[in-house]
Amino acid sequence: MLSLDVTLAYPNFTLAIRETIPASGLTALFGRSGSGKSTLLRVIAGLDPRATGRIAWNDTVWQDGPQFTPPHKRGLGYVFQDTRLFPHLTVAKNLAYADTRARGLPGPSLGDIITALDLAPLLSRYPSTLSGGEQSRAAIGRAMLTRPEMLLMDEPFAALDAARKAEILPYLERLRDQIGTPILYVSHNMAEVARLATNLMLIDAGRITHHGPIEALLSDPNVAPALGLREAGSVIEAILTRHEDDGLSQLATSAGALLLPHVNAALGSRIRIRILAQDVMLSRSRPTGLSALNILPATVTDLRTGDGPGALVQLQIGTDRILARITRRSATALDLRAGVDCFAILKSVSVAQGNIGAMPPRAL
Amino acid sequence: MTLPDLGPLWLTLHLAAITTGLLLLLGTPLAWWLAQTKSRAKPIIEALTALPLVLPPTVLGFYLLVLFSPNSTFGAFWVQVTGETLTFSFTGLVIASMLYSLPFTVQPLQSAFESIGPKPLEAAAMLRASPFDRFATVAAPMAKRGFLTATVLSFTHTLGEFGVVLMVGGNIPGKTKVISIAIYEHVETINYADAHVLSAILLVFSFVTLLLVYSLNRQFPTGGRP
Repeated sequence: MLSLDVTLAYPNFTLAIRETIPASGLTALFGRSGSGKSTLLRVIAGLDPRATGRIAWNDTVWQDGPQFTPPHKRGLGYVFQDTRLFPHLTVAKNLAYADTRARGLPGPSLGDIITALDLAPLLSRYPSTLSGGEQSRAAIGRAMLTRPEMLLMDEPFAALDAARKAEILPYLERLRDQIGTPILYVSHNMAEVARLATNLMLIDAGRITHHGPIEALLSDPNVAPALGLREAGSVIEAILTRHEDDGLSQLATSAGALLLPHVNAALGSRIRIRILAQDVMLSRSRPTGLSALNILPATVTDLRTGDGPGALVQLQIGTDRILARITRRSATALDLRAGVDCFAILKSVSVAQGNIGAMPPRAL
Repeated sequence: MTLPDLGPLWLTLHLAAITTGLLLLLGTPLAWWLAQTKSRAKPIIEALTALPLVLPPTVLGFYLLVLFSPNSTFGAFWVQVTGETLTFSFTGLVIASMLYSLPFTVQPLQSAFESIGPKPLEAAAMLRASPFDRFATVAAPMAKRGFLTATVLSFTHTLGEFGVVLMVGGNIPGKTKVISIAIYEHVETINYADAHVLSAILLVFSFVTLLLVYSLNRQFPTGGRP
């Protein structure tokens, strides 16, 4: 695990972080622009030596008072937002740059990385001839070949359009699940975070406001406002059980079967679905004659009303918890309170492909 | 037409080659330091380095003559260690040329290093490269145009050196009589034919060298793809 107790003061901004980041899975560091996400990553890497305090990786202390381990001796991988591939080297030589300096360390082989990220067709090319997505893949591969203790990623896909991003996210899921290097991932894109993260850390004005497993934080109505209400939504696990003839796919969840637009994965795959709070409707009785295909029995576990006309309802469906965003007026009319049974209604087509991702292996 | 004595030409090329080689060796770390440092001494060092650009060569030559003289502490020390004087010697000429051409090595290199910026070096650090490794494998190759410019400018500038040589080296055939001194002597003795030949050689050589550099720079516009 990574133990942080660091402070970095600028004239108008102070970063003050005291957290422990697990040495497994993908921890997303989510916050607005200027909240200190990238600064924290640079401090962890030792690229901003003005930071004071203590940083330790398991039993190795990297920084404590006068002691300071320089960046090249911390054994971290870093994927920069602007990729920073060396322009004077081909992709093959960019990869070899990392590979030769990490000889003998345990981790993925050059061949593993080339396969996992599909880099073979790019090897002889120079970075300036690659598309944005190809550059990102090469940069991730290069960082992985340093056989890092932990991989730091600073909004690696911020410059990519939605289509390119959709192409590259499965590669990152593969990296997270097959190679198992812990990842600290900076992002201000909630859809990306909800799809990839196992652990979520929210940062605001240089401080961590929430930190915990992604399922718990995303289904907590008290955390949702910090994420942006329009983005509020929880993630649940499902298993792909059947592809229907009409283009739908059936998934098994803890609450029962769900029908979603065709999910491009092998039958039996464990899948993560993000359900946006605004896409969930509630009914006190089982509705009939409704076009929505997914009607799941639920129990209200929490309700949060703010100053506005909206309310966030936390629901227990099976062993999962999801959020529904409805009006305060409806919440009153339906008499929704903790303990009340109801039905959650989800339109099949409301779950976009981008909100369906591979499920990370369960933490040990 | 008979060719004039080409001894001064070979001596000049020899001097320029040695000077350029030594300058690259010593100027590179200096330029690297200047490009990286946040030290308050930086403007002082930069001003000192640029001094030969604006100083009349005779002034530089005069001070070097005083410094090299066996009567000075440095000059006496040199005589004690090597048994030779620095004034009117080839070694003295090399040292003088190095000072004279220093800005032509340091400035192109410094600006090349500065234009790389910290980003590629940070990237290299995160790939486990030590500071020297980062310099050798990232900064130096990315600054190759700077090295080319520094080499050519230092070399051609040393070729044309006159004032400093006259002050420090004098006019000893095979030792300190370089091409510009030889041309001057030919003109003094109204031997315009030989002055023409040597001048033309220097002119053509300098032009061809510069042409080569500018063509190469055009060919590698980004320093990226061959």
